Amino acid sequence: MAVSAARVMSRRLANGAFTAFCVLVTLLALAFLAAILTTLIQKGVAGLSVDTFTMNTPAAGSRGGLLNAIIGSVLLCLYAMAIALVLGILAGTWLAEYAGDSRYGSVVRFINDVLLSAPSILIGLFVWQIMVANLLHHFSGYAGSVALALIAVPVIARTTEDVLRLQPTSLRESGVALGTPFWTVIRSILWKSASAGILTGGLLAFARISGETAPLLFTALNNQFLSLDMSKEMANLPVLMFNFALSAYDDLQRLAWAAALIVSGSVLGVTVIARLVSREQKQG
Amino acid sequence: MTIAQTDEAQASRRTTPKGAGFDRAFEYLCFSAATMLLAALGGVMVSLIVGGWPAFAKFGVSFFTSSTWDPVEGVFGVAGPIVGTVVTSVLALAIAVPIAFGVAFFLVEFCPAPLRRPIGTAVELLAGVPSIVYGMWGLFVFAPVFAKYVQLPAMTAAPPGSVWEKLTQGIPNGTGIMAASIILAVMVLPFIAATLRDLLNTVPAQVRESAYGLGATTGEVVMKVTLPYVRRGAIGAVMLGLGRALGETMAVTFIIGNSHGFPKSLFDSGSTIASTIANEFAEASPGLHTASLVAAGLVLFIITFAVLTLARLMLGRPRSI
Repeated sequence: MAVSAARVMSRRLANGAFTAFCVLVTLLALAFLAAILTTLIQKGVAGLSVDTFTMNTPAAGSRGGLLNAIIGSVLLCLYAMAIALVLGILAGTWLAEYAGDSRYGSVVRFINDVLLSAPSILIGLFVWQIMVANLLHHFSGYAGSVALALIAVPVIARTTEDVLRLQPTSLRESGVALGTPFWTVIRSILWKSASAGILTGGLLAFARISGETAPLLFTALNNQFLSLDMSKEMANLPVLMFNFALSAYDDLQRLAWAAALIVSGSVLGVTVIARLVSREQKQG
Repeated sequence: MTIAQTDEAQASRRTTPKGAGFDRAFEYLCFSAATMLLAALGGVMVSLIVGGWPAFAKFGVSFFTSSTWDPVEGVFGVAGPIVGTVVTSVLALAIAVPIAFGVAFFLVEFCPAPLRRPIGTAVELLAGVPSIVYGMWGLFVFAPVFAKYVQLPAMTAAPPGSVWEKLTQGIPNGTGIMAASIILAVMVLPFIAATLRDLLNTVPAQVRESAYGLGATTGEVVMKVTLPYVRRGAIGAVMLGLGRALGETMAVTFIIGNSHGFPKSLFDSGSTIASTIANEFAEASPGLHTASLVAAGLVLFIITFAVLTLARLMLGRPRSI
């Protein structure tokens, strides 16, 4: 045979090195995840107590919890999701059902893809310019929600478009053949059969915004007290983590880690649920 | 004749379906929602230009070339943060790309089938951890370890007068340019790995199998057949990672050390555009300081927009991330 033993050997060695490298870096990546999760659980659990969920944020050295920040975060995300779901589903529907191959459609599609990974802090600057500097003249929960919504809309629009495109054309045709107006076909047939996919998009968008900090720094700001008034500054977990983690006080840092555990836990939980929902849809 | 008449009579008796009048209205509603996306991106750009204009007008070219950032005197130049942004992002990619490619190859070629889904999900979870948590982890857990096991040995081992010594000077407290780059690398690697994995899965089975059939080893199949097959998309995935790294805010803010001016070495503290805005914006005095921060935001916008545009053009239409 013309194949020399040395060449076989060197190819085998190269392949062995390649395999080893791939396995090692995968282990490294998993080790990073494990390290972050361990830290979160260790430090986070140490900061958790009943107080965490029943008392407002304290000044350094006194008893307190995260109640106002948790409620604030939930409110900010709820308002943001309400805006984002409406806009995102409608925009995604337009892209899938009406845009076709039009030039304008592909421009919007492209812009949406860019917005998907645009730096969130710039979205914050934009909302600050419009709402804080010019419209309301002070920091507010509304501004925070709008900033979060702008981050969530592209995610929802994109997934809505993708799942609507997966729906068979015969579904639309059978609806129209019955004499149904097209907008009713979309609402009662297409949205319904795509609901699992749209839900996945919503959940992923929610996971994306609930840990988002940068755009809240100068829109919702923070609030020491419990407030349900969206037109005022609003306490929220991410900004609280930023302020408390960088403070010099042990007790505030402990609260920051507890907040980090709560936020990461809900983000990762929602991400896993979203994956399960989309998998069920694929199988079903 | 009679047939046509009955047809006409029936047609006139046929009522339009209920709600058909809203058809156009609904289309316009969807159209406006889509246009809102366009308006949002345009709005970001216009608002940054308008808000940052006073800074551009006052400092002109020196805004981009000067590294003086002095809120007290009211003199601002963003050269330091621009350099910090580019250096940390490029270093982060240099670290993240080999790892991310290795992870993607492992998931596609080597991973035993039962482990494929859990490891894939784990990589996606790594992408899901909020960036501020990376920042806290970086500052409180990673930085001390980095200072003790990397910075100190590297600094003591550096021969005096060498390039090595120049690159490692600074205070070994675990923060700085290099530490920020490593944290950034951990953050962008799951995005690159997941995108590349999806790309590699699109390679037709025949292409891979014929390479194996010719007797190629797994390494040869990946490096010489499947990776070249998706190279455009792979470059797009890397650019997408770069876009993320450039605009990443919270993680970097925690660990980069936040000093303006040019970073002098890998262990020196520095700043990025995003970290400067995050740190100073809420407390900035109205006027030139605020305008300069917004103008810095415009610079970041232009850089990331260019990178993301390139990435999307290369990638075509991947699945949503």
